[in-house]
Amino acid sequence: MSLPVTPSQTIGPFYGEALPVPGGGEPAPAGHPDTVTLHGRVYDGGGTPVPDALLEFWQAAPDGSLAGAPGSLARDGVTFTGFARVPTGRDGRYVLRTLPPGGAPFLSLCVFAPGLSRHLFTRVYFALPEDDPLLPALPAGRRATLLATEDPGTHRGYRFDVHLSGERETVFLEFPCAGRTEESRPSGS
Amino acid sequence: MASEPLQEQLSRPIPDFTDPPAAAPANGAPAYDLAPYRGLPLRQPARPPVPVLGPGAVELTGPVFGPADVGPLDSDLTRQHRGEPLGERITVSGRVLDRHGRPVRGQLVEVWQANAAGRYTHRADRHAAPLDPNFTGTGRCLTDGEGRYHFTTVRPGAYPWNHHRNAWRPPHLHFSLFGTAFAQRLVTQMYFPGDPLVPYDALWRAIGDPVARARVIAAYDPARNVPEWSLGYRWDIVLDGPAATPAEGGR
Ligand SMILES: [Fe+3]
Repeated sequence: MSLPVTPSQTIGPFYGEALPVPGGGEPAPAGHPDTVTLHGRVYDGGGTPVPDALLEFWQAAPDGSLAGAPGSLARDGVTFTGFARVPTGRDGRYVLRTLPPGGAPFLSLCVFAPGLSRHLFTRVYFALPEDDPLLPALPAGRRATLLATEDPGTHRGYRFDVHLSGERETVFLEFPCAGRTEESRPSGS
Repeated sequence: MASEPLQEQLSRPIPDFTDPPAAAPANGAPAYDLAPYRGLPLRQPARPPVPVLGPGAVELTGPVFGPADVGPLDSDLTRQHRGEPLGERITVSGRVLDRHGRPVRGQLVEVWQANAAGRYTHRADRHAAPLDPNFTGTGRCLTDGEGRYHFTTVRPGAYPWNHHRNAWRPPHLHFSLFGTAFAQRLVTQMYFPGDPLVPYDALWRAIGDPVARARVIAAYDPARNVPEWSLGYRWDIVLDGPAATPAEGGR
């Protein structure tokens, strides 16, 4: 049995009272010494910061576990849930405070924004993994769009910008076993 | 709970939304532009997405939600303030399933919507319609063991938007859903059956496929009315993407 899937629709401009939560971008337990700070901006194809994007991160715990834990929407300050949700600010900027992922060294990132018909998946790599099926297949220039860069002069700080389109367009991903249908893809450029 | 078999509901004939007539030009400009919404051009990636062959375990799993995240009253949008919101009280319920028809259990469903006058509780909404001090228009719940969700709310109003001159969004609820895999993430909108605004809506028209267009329209279900209280709508949601737990427990 394969049911017809429900198509995606744009998140629109008015999700702000519903989806962001206080502390949503801080999955790292308060004061944890291994906390990494990932920050950056979301840009459109004209290089203008996107002030109304919503970023969701999902990742393995430092021990490599992908079991997750409840509590992402009302953090208890102790539990690492693996999920974060953070809106961009007026200047297109976001900040995520998290723990380094165990196992594969990347965060899965889902980007929503008004004017996007469908969300976009990508990955934030903190290091070039030894055996990764994705990165080696990409041209070097495009590969770089998935690598967070260490922020000199900060303690465990990393920078990662998202370019929705344009010359520096971030590599966005699809998962073919999804059997995604044509109408659920982002509408053309 | 009404028990119309899911397959029957999903294979119901596509609602009879024929293309509206091209409106006679008024002052040289057509009253309606029926071009489907294409999004903001500068926000659309120009390159096709890169397939991840053998997606990593990360995207095949997803966040976990529980009672810590969702309070028991979060699913009743009519009880979040001291008084009752204005408008026609409705319940919206249904099931969340994966492509194979398996229930998506214990996952987060979030909704947001305009109030009965067509105004969002959001500082960016400049529509000249009244705010309702008793309505925020946001809700959350977790799906139960059968993948069911349930919200009590009021029917939202239509509101104008800037897609073209004289464009109005049909009444709709925004939905955010999580599956068992992060790759199943879905944000979409639910529309009301028989609404004459729907076939004019550029966002609905942007869903090219007629079967998929039908999937975003709820069904009025009298069996789900609460007598003397609310009108019942049924909307089942099928998530795309790889499920994390095939045939979990043989179901
Ligand atoms: Fe809306």
